Amino acid sequence: MSAELPLIMIKDVNYSYPNGTIALKDINLNLYRGELIGIMGKNGAGKTTLIRTLNGLIRPTQGEIYVNNKNINTATIATLSKKVGIIFQNASHQLFANTVEDEIKFSLKSFNLSKEESQMRTNQILHQFNLEKYRERSPLNLSGGESKKLAIASIFCRDPDILIFDEPTLGQDAREIEFFIRLIEKERENDKTIIIITHNIEFAFEFIPRTILMADGKIIADGPTQKVLNCEELIEKSSLILPQSRQFSLALQALGFQNTDTLFSKAEVTKYLMQFIKNSSGSAQKR
Amino acid sequence: MDLIRFEKFFYRYKGNEEYALNDINLRIEKDDNFVLLCGETGSGKTTLIRCMNGLIPQFYSGFYKGKVFINEVNTVETSIANLSTEVGIVFQNPENQLIAMNVEHEIAFGLENLGVPPKKIAQKIEESASLTEIEHLLDKAPFELSGGEQQRVAIASILVLEPKILILDEPTALLDPQMARKIITLLKEIQLERKITILISEHRLDLLLPFADHMILMKNGKVLEQNSLEKAINGENFQKLNLNKPVIYSIFMKLREENLFEGRIPSSIPDAINSLKRYK
Repeated sequence: MSAELPLIMIKDVNYSYPNGTIALKDINLNLYRGELIGIMGKNGAGKTTLIRTLNGLIRPTQGEIYVNNKNINTATIATLSKKVGIIFQNASHQLFANTVEDEIKFSLKSFNLSKEESQMRTNQILHQFNLEKYRERSPLNLSGGESKKLAIASIFCRDPDILIFDEPTLGQDAREIEFFIRLIEKERENDKTIIIITHNIEFAFEFIPRTILMADGKIIADGPTQKVLNCEELIEKSSLILPQSRQFSLALQALGFQNTDTLFSKAEVTKYLMQFIKNSSGSAQKR
Repeated sequence: MDLIRFEKFFYRYKGNEEYALNDINLRIEKDDNFVLLCGETGSGKTTLIRCMNGLIPQFYSGFYKGKVFINEVNTVETSIANLSTEVGIVFQNPENQLIAMNVEHEIAFGLENLGVPPKKIAQKIEESASLTEIEHLLDKAPFELSGGEQQRVAIASILVLEPKILILDEPTALLDPQMARKIITLLKEIQLERKITILISEHRLDLLLPFADHMILMKNGKVLEQNSLEKAINGENFQKLNLNKPVIYSIFMKLREENLFEGRIPSSIPDAINSLKRYK
C-alpha cells in the first residue's frame, strides 16, 4: 500500500476557531483508495472538525490537504462535494426538500443530467435504499433510521470517491447496521475510500480495519483497530471503553481460565468457551 | 396504583396512514424501578414516550383513539404543565431543551413557573445539581457545555421538579462510551436514592442491560412484551427482534444453540462470570 500514492494527504494541518480555540493540532495523515478508516475519540476531540476540512467546510489555518494529489485549500465546496460526500450525525439537518424523491433529485442537480437521466438515477437509488414507498413523503415525516437512509442515498447518488459518515450507527437497529455494513463493503469493492466517525466500539472492533484515535485536537494513535482498541492507556485517553469481548476475556482470565489473554474478538471468545465446555464436561454433561 | 396506563390506545401522525401506535395496553408501576424500552427503529418508542406527558395528543396533531392515564389522570383532561410534575422527559438531544442564559436559571425555570418560593428554589437547585454532579457549572451558559454536561443539566432541570417517573429517550446517543456509562450509572443511583421509576429508550443494550429491572419490547407500533429483564432477554421476542444485542448475549446464545449451555442468558459480564464459576 505504501508504494501507492495516497488518495488523501493531510500535511501539518492546524485549525483554530475564530475565538482562538485550537481544534486541530499538527495533523498528518495518509488515507488510501479503498481503505475503510475509523476515527474515534471523546466528544470535542476534533473528529468532526477534521472531516469538515476534507470538503472545504472548514479551511485549515495552517497546513495543506491534497485529494488525488491536488491541493484542495482553494477548491470550492461545490467542486469538492462531487469528490467528498459527508453524511452528518443528525441526518435530518441535511434534508430540506418537500419529498423524498425531490431530495435525491436536488442532490443530482449540479451534474446537469437530462430530466430522464435524473429520474432514472433517482429511481435506482430509491430502490437500492428501500425508500420507494416513501417517495412522496416529506423527509420530515420519516423515522430517525429512515431519514438517515435518505441522507446516505442523497450523497451516494453523486457517486463521490470519498464517503465520510459521522456516527452512522447512531439510533440504528441491528438490521439497519447490517444494511449499512453491506453498503460500505460494496463501496469498498468499488475502490471508494470510507471514513467513519464512531463511538460504537463493538462496530469498529468487528468491521473497521484501521482506526485513528484523537484527543485534544491531536492524533494519538493510528493503526489496526484490534490493536488500537485493546490498549487500555489509549482507551482511557479517548474516553472509550474496552470492547465487551475483551472485557469478558479479561474477566475469564481473572477467574482462572487458562490462555484467555490472547482472546479479543467475539468469535475467538465463543470458540474458546465452546471448546472449554466440551473438554471439561462433554456434551453429555451439559449444564 | 399505576404510574402510567395505556388503554387500547391508537395514534397516527397527521398525514400518515399507518398507525405509529397500534392498540397499546401497558401499565408501568412504581415497583418496575428501572425500565428499558426496546424496539427496532420506527417501532414507535419515541411516539410512546410523547404520549407519556401529554405531548401526544395535545401538541402533536394527528388521530388518536383510546386513553392514557398518568397517576390516574387522563392526559387529555389536564395540561402538559400539570403532567410535568408527574412525568419528566429528557429527549435525545439535550441542546434542544436548554433555553436559559445559565445552568442555574435553566434548573430554576420549571420551579419558577410552578410558583415555588425563591428560597425553596435555591435549596432544590443545590440538591439537584449535587445529585447530577454539576455544581461547578451553575454559572455557565448551556451552549458552553460538552454533550455529557448538557445531558446532566437537562436531567437536573427535570429532576428538580421531583417527577414520579423520569423518562429518557436515547440519553446516551450523542455521548462517548465513558460518559455514556457515567450517565447511566448516575441514573441508576438517582433511581435508588429518590425511589423513582426510570424509563429509558436505548439502542446501546450492552450498556443498559446490567442496570435494568424490567423491559418493554416494541415492534411495528405494538407492545410485544412487558416483562422482568431476565424473562424478557431469555424469551423469543427479544431473540427475534433486530436489536443490537450485547456480545455476551450472542456468545451465550451460541453456546445454547450448540447444547453447551442450558442456564439463563446473562445480562452482564459479572453475571456471565457467575454462570461459568461451576467450571472452576
